Amino acid sequence: MKTIKTPLNEKDILNLKMGEVVILSGEIYIARDQAHKRMFEVIKKGKKLPFDIRNQIIYYCGPTKTPKGKIIGSCGPTTSLRMDEFTPALLKKGLRLMIGKGDRSKEVKKAIRKFRAAYLLAPAGCGALISKYVRKAKPVAYSDLGPEQILKLEVKDFPLIVGIDSKGRNIYG
Amino acid sequence: MKVIKAEKITKVVSDLCVKANCVLRKDVLRKIRAAYLSEKNKKAKAALLAIINNAQIAQKEKLAICQDTGLPFVFIEMGQGVKIIGNLKQAVIRGIAQGYKKGNFRESIVSHPLKRGKSHYSGAVINTDIVTGNSLKITVLPKGFGCENKSQIKMFNPTASSGEIKKFIIEVVKSAGADACPPYVVGVGIGGTADYASLLAKKALINKLTTYNLRLTTDLLKGINNLNIGPMGLGGKATCLAVNIEHYPTHIAGLPVAVNISCHALRSASAKL
Repeated sequence: MKTIKTPLNEKDILNLKMGEVVILSGEIYIARDQAHKRMFEVIKKGKKLPFDIRNQIIYYCGPTKTPKGKIIGSCGPTTSLRMDEFTPALLKKGLRLMIGKGDRSKEVKKAIRKFRAAYLLAPAGCGALISKYVRKAKPVAYSDLGPEQILKLEVKDFPLIVGIDSKGRNIYG
Repeated sequence: MKVIKAEKITKVVSDLCVKANCVLRKDVLRKIRAAYLSEKNKKAKAALLAIINNAQIAQKEKLAICQDTGLPFVFIEMGQGVKIIGNLKQAVIRGIAQGYKKGNFRESIVSHPLKRGKSHYSGAVINTDIVTGNSLKITVLPKGFGCENKSQIKMFNPTASSGEIKKFIIEVVKSAGADACPPYVVGVGIGGTADYASLLAKKALINKLTTYNLRLTTDLLKGINNLNIGPMGLGGKATCLAVNIEHYPTHIAGLPVAVNISCHALRSASAKL
């Protein structure tokens, strides 16, 4: 079992091996469909992204509302495949780790290898459990998107499985 | 004749939304526990344990089992002897909005599929069936879209063999892969028309998960579990917890088959008034 802390260092990313369990602590960004579409448009127009994406982690998730007295509501992963048309552009801008569920497209696998990134799997359909690993949650951008806005989370001991490593090895074959 | 006020329906629907989203169905949990006990693959076993722990946390802390609290599908079975005072449809939609707000669930509904816009709570797909009797049965099925997106329908020739039908259903699950949160419950609707078969496939999901001894069900369960997708797609035996099939008369020229996959967090709750 491996542990990773943010800020990410090159060695940690390159050492990740497909299929192994990795325990993540530190800062990650939440973004899903509509936020990806917007970030993609921003990149296409040559404008600045709402946060510095270099060396960062994106978690594909749209949490429920936060119940009173809690840090965050239920917050499990959403299907990664839907972000795939926008992902290579984000990897090119410096995104290094992605967290989600399910397989990725050929293009994304290729881009993961090219930009020496990796893709991690979160316990799918376990949003209540995952909320226990979140220590802080803060809105970052696109608040008009409601549950699809970009949030910055601080997580502690978030258990993940390496789905695709920087060499392009894929758990789904 | 039984008289039911619309306000009462709103309250019942609201409570059903909270229950369905926070308390995993006992029959589903039982199947997951059984899968956990018999699973040999270490990673798959760990994923099943996470699912069991998640259900416990959700129930104890009144958190949604899954952040995708779905587009609620509401089945209404209305007895012919029931008279509703007020607007039934509005009462249901209000109940959904109230329950979802109360539960701090996710605003996952957009008013227009193309224009999209700001998401909110006020929406549901409502199916009403008129039945005999003096009671009103309401079932709320909050269906997440990770799995709803994997639904398929095929219009077979009436001469199609059961082997062809089985192959299609297994292929649908195979193409869902790990995307729709396995282990799955597979709802199958056979017969009727294209639209009705789809409804039956959805309706099959609210039926209790029991082990039917039908040849088709056991063959499908075996075929799907041989796909080796497993919990979270990590391999192992448990790709499918149950296959529920509903059928209906159809036309001599056709044989519609619809498949509606549910993730392991199959949530529904019912009440009878």
